Amino acid sequence: MAKETKKTAPKANKVETTGHVWDGIEEYNNPLPRWWVWVFLACIVFAIGYCVYYPSWPTANGFLRGTAGWSQYKQLADRQAEADAAKAPFEAKIAQMTPAQIAADPELRPYAVASGKAAFAINCSQCHGAGSAGAKGYPNLLDDEWLYGGTLDDIYTTITHGIRSKDDDETRDMGPMPAFGRDEMLTKEEIFNVIAYVRSLSNKALPGSSAIDEGKTIFADNCASCHNDGGIGNRELGAPPLNNAIWLYGGDGKTLAETLHGGRGGVMPAFSKRLDAGTIKKLAVYVHSLGGGEE
Amino acid sequence: MSDHQPPEEAGLLSLFEARKKISPARVRGPFRRFKWAVMAVLLGIYYLLPWVRWDRGPGAPDQAILVDTINRKFYFFFIELWPQEVIYFTGLLLLSAMALFFVTTLLGRVWCGYACPQTVWTDLFMVVERWVEGDRNARLKLDAAPWTLDKIRKRVVKHAIWLVIGLCTGGAWVFYFQDAPTLMADMLHGHVPFVAGFWVCLLTFSTYLLAGHAREQVCTYMCPYARFQGAMFDEESLIVSYDATRGEPRGKPSDKGAGDCVDCGRCVAVCPTGIDIRDGQQYQCINCALCIDACDEVMIKLDRPKGLIRYNTLNNAVPSGARLRDLHKYVRFLRPRVLYYATIMAAVGGFMLFSMLTRHMVDLNVIHDRNPLYITRADGSVRNVYTVHIVNKTWAEQLYTLTMPDMPKAHLSAEDVSPSTDGQLVLTVKPGKVGTYRVYADLPRGEVSGKASVDLHITNGTYADTYTSIFVAP
Repeated sequence: MAKETKKTAPKANKVETTGHVWDGIEEYNNPLPRWWVWVFLACIVFAIGYCVYYPSWPTANGFLRGTAGWSQYKQLADRQAEADAAKAPFEAKIAQMTPAQIAADPELRPYAVASGKAAFAINCSQCHGAGSAGAKGYPNLLDDEWLYGGTLDDIYTTITHGIRSKDDDETRDMGPMPAFGRDEMLTKEEIFNVIAYVRSLSNKALPGSSAIDEGKTIFADNCASCHNDGGIGNRELGAPPLNNAIWLYGGDGKTLAETLHGGRGGVMPAFSKRLDAGTIKKLAVYVHSLGGGEE
Repeated sequence: MSDHQPPEEAGLLSLFEARKKISPARVRGPFRRFKWAVMAVLLGIYYLLPWVRWDRGPGAPDQAILVDTINRKFYFFFIELWPQEVIYFTGLLLLSAMALFFVTTLLGRVWCGYACPQTVWTDLFMVVERWVEGDRNARLKLDAAPWTLDKIRKRVVKHAIWLVIGLCTGGAWVFYFQDAPTLMADMLHGHVPFVAGFWVCLLTFSTYLLAGHAREQVCTYMCPYARFQGAMFDEESLIVSYDATRGEPRGKPSDKGAGDCVDCGRCVAVCPTGIDIRDGQQYQCINCALCIDACDEVMIKLDRPKGLIRYNTLNNAVPSGARLRDLHKYVRFLRPRVLYYATIMAAVGGFMLFSMLTRHMVDLNVIHDRNPLYITRADGSVRNVYTVHIVNKTWAEQLYTLTMPDMPKAHLSAEDVSPSTDGQLVLTVKPGKVGTYRVYADLPRGEVSGKASVDLHITNGTYADTYTSIFVAP
């Protein structure tokens, strides 16, 4: 190729020069095509129009707002209005239906679960966690234990009226668990024996002992009225079962001692004051769908 | 250096070069005929391909080539690509690039000269121009003429036809993205979807602008390929060249001692990019070979051998008058760089073909829930939650049985799925869809402690897939 270029170079060399010469070196003049200038000028004209139409230049007391009246806030509001309009038919149906009907509706269920998930993140995740796994004192919503019941209606009622909520007359409140130690209802030794018995309920491998036997009697006198014989729990009272692997506050001896000494009385707000009924229904459907929901 | 003129002192625009309008003359000859044939085939393919039907069974689109942007699928006859198979497009691009390098190394800018849409559509627009306004001389005269009714009529007709071609171009384009007969019926009834309307307008405008007005400027100013072609040529590439040894010095036919070139200027007059091939290889030359036809015409009239301008190599290996079938005697086609490109093409093509043939009709994808990693159940068992995606690439509903072969004691269940009579978890996936399920795996206490690797396996008897995930326990 080099050969050919050399041969034809003198002939091809018809390019104009700018007339600038430095030490015999000339500057070629290869001008840009003129239409580029027109495109450039068109861009300037476009920019002027853009500045007039859209918010643009800062001024001493704000900025030029533009004749279009466009703003990000307005755009957001418009998009939200659009989304609300799209959701309106679903919401209208949900308002007329019970949570169980919503969950059974193949069209509404995915909507309610998705919408309930968003509402959960805003209203519930602070205590129950983003993954609904709960925390110490805040129930895990993924498992199969429910303090007050795990049907759609139970969950709906719990969210609506809360638990031991001060500002709802229909709240679930059968009183807290008494502070057996602090209020001197049981002695330290009695508490120790009850703990031994309670731990044996969920762990059959523990060897029998006199503490367990004595604890059983104390349990029957003091605890079974709420937690039932054998510690199977009572949902009417919100008393958790003590014979399984799930512990709201913890199943180790130290935590159980804390529980028996100071009592427990978890509180959940009544969401009827904060959320509309439709949102609570969607929350119920979502929480019920997490794997622990009861029929 | 006194003969160099300084730039005139004038306005901004004088610093920039106005386009010198090119009015190529008509030319006849074998290359021109070949180009007509190529144009007919390529335009035919472009305009008719969306109308080709291909039966994929009920429920599936029956368009042979369809880019389904809404469902994010690409159909090409028997091939159907899903979004996760976009790798094939990478392969296709690689293959196209290598094919371009390969052919350019062998034959110069044949893509530019014959097959590039810019060339094909510009050619088409030029035919229209010639048909309405006449050949080169008539057009030059018309350009210089004052605005008469006749000139206005010719210009209006020309631009109208150009716009109609542009409209057809844009119109055909949108048919690749939706079912062509349905969209056509919709558009004829005046229901033009916004996206389709937008693309029709855009392509009408761009076709009209690029093929009607910008023409060779697209190649000289916009297209990067024109500028890096030099890296792909070598001394043995066959390109359109002027045989200076035979042609120079130029002179009248009667001149003694003059070369074969009579300086008639036909090669320049027919050139669509307005260059003089006799100046040697230059970046504006798209190797369209029309100057070969033009020069041969003149050589025949002068009773001189054809091929003063011909396909030749830069080291001048092909003699004037060499026949096509003898080219291999003069040109070494099997050169290292040709072989490199061929090897890469074969490797990429072979890989694509292999993976296409061994492509699975089902794809299993599993995401282990991370928040929480596990759930303790009342009976002490440990639950792990998996989000299972099953891609069903067939056009029939499929029932897949999900198992965890490593953990026979694990009980599997899924939301909204009732277990089959034999206790198996059977997941249904609709035709051509992705089925998504939240699957719960419950393992008795103590089976796993910490983290264990676990395979999730699906099968329907015909198709099967396995995904390795984890199981986490306290």
